Amino acid sequence: MRRRAQIAAALALAALCLAAPAALAVKPDEVLPDKALEARARALSAQLRCLVCQNESIDESDASFARDLRLMIRRELVAGWSDARIVDGLVHDYGQFILLRPRFEPATWALWGAPALVVAFAGLAVALRARRSAPASSTDEAPLGAAEEAELRRLIDGAAAPAGRELT
Amino acid sequence: MTVELGHFALALALGLAVAQFVVPLWGALRGDARLMSVASGAATGQFVFVALAFGALVEAHAASDFSVRNVYENSHTLKPLIYKITGVWGSHEGSMLLWILILALFGAMVARGARGGEAIRSVALSLQGALGAAFIAFVLATSDPFQRLWPAPREGQDLNPLLQDPGLAIHPPLLYLGYVGFSVAFSFAGAALILGRFDAAWTRAVRPWALLAWTFLTLGIAMGSYWAYYTLGWGGFWFWDPVENASLMPWLAGTAFLHSAIVMEKREALKVWTVFLAILAFSLSLLGTFLVRSGVLTSVHAFAEDPRRGVFILAIEAFFIGGAFALFALRAPALKQGAIFAPLSREGFLVANNVLLFAACVTVVVGTLYPLVLQATTGQKITVGAPYFNTLVGALFAGVCLLLPFGHQLAWKRGDLLGVTQRLAVVALAAVAAALVLGAAHGFAPATSVIAAGLAIFVALGAFLEIGRRAFGGGFSPALVIARTRGLPLAAWAAFFAHLGFGIGLLGVAATGWGDEAIVSLRAGDTAHVGPYALHMAAFDTRKGANFTADVVRFDVSEGGRAVATVSPARRHYPVRNMDVAQAGIVTLGLGQVYVSVGAPDASGIPVRAFWKPLVTLIWIGGLVAAFGGALGFAGTLSKRRARKVFAAAPLPQAAE
Repeated sequence: MRRRAQIAAALALAALCLAAPAALAVKPDEVLPDKALEARARALSAQLRCLVCQNESIDESDASFARDLRLMIRRELVAGWSDARIVDGLVHDYGQFILLRPRFEPATWALWGAPALVVAFAGLAVALRARRSAPASSTDEAPLGAAEEAELRRLIDGAAAPAGRELT
Repeated sequence: MTVELGHFALALALGLAVAQFVVPLWGALRGDARLMSVASGAATGQFVFVALAFGALVEAHAASDFSVRNVYENSHTLKPLIYKITGVWGSHEGSMLLWILILALFGAMVARGARGGEAIRSVALSLQGALGAAFIAFVLATSDPFQRLWPAPREGQDLNPLLQDPGLAIHPPLLYLGYVGFSVAFSFAGAALILGRFDAAWTRAVRPWALLAWTFLTLGIAMGSYWAYYTLGWGGFWFWDPVENASLMPWLAGTAFLHSAIVMEKREALKVWTVFLAILAFSLSLLGTFLVRSGVLTSVHAFAEDPRRGVFILAIEAFFIGGAFALFALRAPALKQGAIFAPLSREGFLVANNVLLFAACVTVVVGTLYPLVLQATTGQKITVGAPYFNTLVGALFAGVCLLLPFGHQLAWKRGDLLGVTQRLAVVALAAVAAALVLGAAHGFAPATSVIAAGLAIFVALGAFLEIGRRAFGGGFSPALVIARTRGLPLAAWAAFFAHLGFGIGLLGVAATGWGDEAIVSLRAGDTAHVGPYALHMAAFDTRKGANFTADVVRFDVSEGGRAVATVSPARRHYPVRNMDVAQAGIVTLGLGQVYVSVGAPDASGIPVRAFWKPLVTLIWIGGLVAAFGGALGFAGTLSKRRARKVFAAAPLPQAAE
């Protein structure tokens, strides 16, 4: 089974549960009559991983494990539990592995911070380059310093070198 | 016999690939044109022999030759012929062979068509040969599709029913054309670094290949997304699955490359960055191949049980990716820095675009690999799923959408931001108004949908504004507008369609928040309601296919009492593998779709999950429009090249060694 699942996954069919592909996941008999509670149940389900599947939330999975969790969440919601309490209970039982959105803590700082770091680093690099170039392009009042003179010469050379360059 | 010939042809292709790697490279380093000229012939020969090997495997599958293990494991006499053929790449071995076939095809095309100078082309072909040799050796050593079985079984085990779908015919070949297409940019980047020749002419030589790869990758991703959508039974279209991420990573890097290459071509700037992206795009394709093929994602244990393939691919990638970046680190500092430019210019905004796309790419890479690395280093198991990617990639793309129309309107060198803002104000107001109208129709929830719809419309209208400005810039007399429109370069249309497609697709994604869903148990004659539609369970039917039986349920779809369509979801049973597969019933109404899945009947009736998905088709229409833009861009580079040939332009400037 694992092999077949690998192959299917390999073809970007994605997220196929090992045993039961392509089906309804949430079944009619699970749905709560209270619309607000049901909406909360669905929102919670979308944040929780089906542990026996590859990268599928329990809201999407047809596995019996996912169904058991969906029913449990709904029982707890009916009993008046808060979302946070339900999630904490699940993390207590199954570990952080069950969360599709990893918590922000020391072990995941690099994970959450990566995009901001890239943008900040790139922004810094661009800003530094722009600052280096600013004296050359900004003003014609102050006399040029030696470094600026060199920069200007570099600029002129740089602009003149590629002879056939388009000027658009 | 053909199977052995195929095996033999693959071994010959390996020999040719090695020759293609070694001889031209040696020739280029010694300046020997005769040795360099071996590259073209070797590349063509390699393609011919890989094609023969692939043909032999197709023949074995079509003839259901179960003495071949690969056929036995993935085919069945009753399987329809089309799936016997597409099943060739439904298995690991076959799909690797398809990968190699496409790599060799690109090599042969470069041999015949590429420009950029004899030396650079020879070295690029040599690197293509190295890639080919490595992967052919991988297939021969660890994933031989020609292995025999004795005694031959009488019947095969059939292909996974989920793969018996037209999607398998289209999706992997398109995806691989995209993945592997970036190998040309990679090889040309390697050649430029080895020869120390890296200039605008290099960009012009590489751009067509990158555009071709990008177009195919865009199509492949869009098709794969639609396949998953109609197959999985509940209408999701993107799952942030590592396998999907593997295709998204090179797409993001490739998109960034196409944009930075424009800056390099126009302004001789961003050289180091452009060559970095050229290497990165294909490196990420290789990384994706490793992630998918080694089994490391499915389970770290599966990888440990049979590490041969994984370790082999890892070694190949360490060699190519490590080698390429080492070469980059050694040679890139020698590349002459280009012109310094003002931030408020088209190139300035293209840099911002590159930063955001690169950050999105890093996010996808980090999110995909983080759980593996964390588990390997600390033993802690975490999951990085859709909520993580949606938040971060969503935020970065919001930035892309905001900046894109500005960047597109600004002039090169020094843009007039105030003027552009004045022009875009109308577009921005229209986008906000449209988003508010759409949002009001759905109670302004979810907020992300409203915001995303506004951004999507801003991008799409911005694309119209840019092309309109260029068409109507000379005045509104029809003759002048027609003349100006005809005079627009294909590149302008390419940008228009690519950006328009991006906006359209994003609008479809935004609208997923506005769908309606019903999960009910129905008996014959019952009715369910989704969105504006009533679904009446009208009839049952059983149907017999070549290798399955299907229970079909027919629903009559009506709107306000008026019948508009029927939709027929089914459950298929495949006896060979004893698998049940749900077939969603889908009907397109306007730009939206009614999507119905049925489960196995129980005491309370048939469980039905029905959706109304407004504007959902825009997701894939947008993908097609964007890919059309890519194809136009490719056509534009071709005609430009032909023009250059005709006018025999002066030798292009040489960059610093």
